[in-house]
Amino acid sequence: MDFMLDRIHKAQTLCNAACEKMGRQINIMEVCGTHTVSIFRNGIRSTLPRKLKLLTGPGCPVCVTDQGYIDTVLQLADRDDCLIATYGDMVRVPGRGGSLETKRTKANVKVVLSSEDALQLAKDNPNKIVVFVAVGFETTAPATAVVVKEAAAGSINNFCILSGHKLVVPAMRALLSGKNHNIDAFLCPGHVSVIIGYGAFAEIVEDFGRPCVVAGFEPLQIIEGLGEICQQLSAGKAELKSVYPAVVTEQGNTSAQKIIAECFEPVDGYWRGLGKIEKSTLKLKDKYSRFDGLKRFNITETPGEDTSGCRCGEVLCGLIEPPECGLFGKSCTPQTPVGPCMVSSEGACAAWFKYGQKRKDE
Amino acid sequence: MRTTKNDRILLAHGGGGQLTDELIRHHILPKFKNDTLAELGDSAKLNVDSKSLCFTTDSYVVKPLFFNGGDIGKLAVCGTVNDLAVAGSKPVALALSLIIEEGLEFELLDKILSSVSQAAKQNNVDIVTGDIKTVEAGAADKIFINTAGIGVKLAGADLGFEKIAAGDKIIINGTIGDHGLTIISQREGIKFQSQLQSDCAGVAGLTCELLENTSGANPVRNKTPEASASRLTGISNGVKFMRDPTRGGLAATLNEISKGSGLSIEIREADVPVSPVVQAAADMLGFDVLTIANEGKFIAIVSPESADDCLNICKNHPLGKEASIIGEVIETRDTPTVELITKIGGKRIVQMPYGRELPRIC
Repeated sequence: MDFMLDRIHKAQTLCNAACEKMGRQINIMEVCGTHTVSIFRNGIRSTLPRKLKLLTGPGCPVCVTDQGYIDTVLQLADRDDCLIATYGDMVRVPGRGGSLETKRTKANVKVVLSSEDALQLAKDNPNKIVVFVAVGFETTAPATAVVVKEAAAGSINNFCILSGHKLVVPAMRALLSGKNHNIDAFLCPGHVSVIIGYGAFAEIVEDFGRPCVVAGFEPLQIIEGLGEICQQLSAGKAELKSVYPAVVTEQGNTSAQKIIAECFEPVDGYWRGLGKIEKSTLKLKDKYSRFDGLKRFNITETPGEDTSGCRCGEVLCGLIEPPECGLFGKSCTPQTPVGPCMVSSEGACAAWFKYGQKRKDE
Repeated sequence: MRTTKNDRILLAHGGGGQLTDELIRHHILPKFKNDTLAELGDSAKLNVDSKSLCFTTDSYVVKPLFFNGGDIGKLAVCGTVNDLAVAGSKPVALALSLIIEEGLEFELLDKILSSVSQAAKQNNVDIVTGDIKTVEAGAADKIFINTAGIGVKLAGADLGFEKIAAGDKIIINGTIGDHGLTIISQREGIKFQSQLQSDCAGVAGLTCELLENTSGANPVRNKTPEASASRLTGISNGVKFMRDPTRGGLAATLNEISKGSGLSIEIREADVPVSPVVQAAADMLGFDVLTIANEGKFIAIVSPESADDCLNICKNHPLGKEASIIGEVIETRDTPTVELITKIGGKRIVQMPYGRELPRIC
């Protein structure tokens, strides 16, 4: 315990020194939703210098999923021949015509915990077409690829996916290419890095001169990651580092990368709040196109419009903090979410609502 | 011996006729032998030598009916016993009402009733009256139980929000989150192998010991003359308030205490007992362990002078081995709040859990 507190103190000293030396606010974006939750739950913000600001990034898959995609899912949920298999977080995301929760009355929406469960659903329901709502970053994409291959090998033809899988690095590039951003450095996601390797962030460091540090999800790892970033900023450096060496390698999980590459190809895709990002979304390759829900049902996805007043897009880009949105805590709460950032437990607004409240005298 | 060939409950078992009579005589009475119940009157006649009684009721709809560490029968006794216990009373009698879905196997019913009987014995209460209703298939989920209980207020117990003062210590009798996570882990769809076990237990033995300790009936072993003296003078008003942190967990209970007393509460994460397996499961499922339900725990707010004695009494009892002083009541600066000092020295507000917990955990 003391050993841990010593290391935390050391990292805090680095943060303090950097803030003092730079004489301005330092903005570090945590890209991953799991980081966001850990930062709030462990009260990490309260241990940091006031001039060090943490921005919540587009690292929650539910939150960045475009409204157009949700509308497509809802459209298929209305069909009598379809059974929607989805991760629980997606059920309450509001689209233009309600949410999967409101469509659920017809028993046509099943919550699954894995892609394998979705495939099993197809095997158990041969008279229905099971549509798997395949969302997530590089962490969940390999699991989707595995079942697509299994479906192909076993000729399970009543199974298809709607790929909403997204890639992290193109989104980081898009954020830094925007004019309004104020990001000094990234705390990079530990889980995604397990798959893609920390080497994948080298292009951010090289092309944009921003420090990228991969950290795990324990409070100590997060604070040490922030300390490492501050040390670099203070020295005027931008480097690629991992403070999660036990788990993350430079190359990542090459088998997982291979199976993603075998089944998917990156195409331009829409992100909530960030708009269209070049080569940022995974689409099934032609040889697996019979499992592509869009093709199967001949649907052209159109980019959605965000709900009036909802500022999830700006939250996801780190431009505002959730309480700055007029709906936050008023019409938009975890019970009645307006935007996706309030739906997912890893969404910035939900985490802020649950843990981020401050004492009134602070 | 059963006169019907059925091994399942029929609607007619709740009809008030011969089948009901058989059900009572063959399945209920043998399990709960006491004179009051044996009379089978319209009301139980109780002889209670006290002017001050506590009276409570609770319904149990837990799913699954059987879980690691307990079942709906044990829960129905312990839950009501605990509500009486934390009000400062000694439970004496319970009423047991069953709402049974037609088709329930007698084998299951017998198992549940045995469990009710065993839990009642362990907690020194009699089942003195009751009721059985049957409903058609689909109108209930196997079995729902209601228990109501009467307890005799202990002479030394003077509990209430108004007794709580700044400086008082907060004691919990053991680890948190065990019940809720056990139920969640055994729910359909989220089955994972684990050593999770519900803490389901009746705590009246321990709470009565805490409250009665001043009268000389002191079970604490190895007591020194000094300790006895301090107990005789100080502890009688030592316990100021008790509550069992069931639904909403520690977070909900501490917020209720803060709001009820108008005082703030500060707890230390490092001092809150959590078993490693519960912590791991909560992390994996994304739950805050402070908000998870318990069924064999109580919070006691005690005066600072009596805190060590109270803690010792808990630690010497089988249901308080891992008891801990988790924090203090402090003056309110603005509005009454519950604050958590995290393991890394950060601070965050612990909010009242916001709706949408997992249903049917008790």
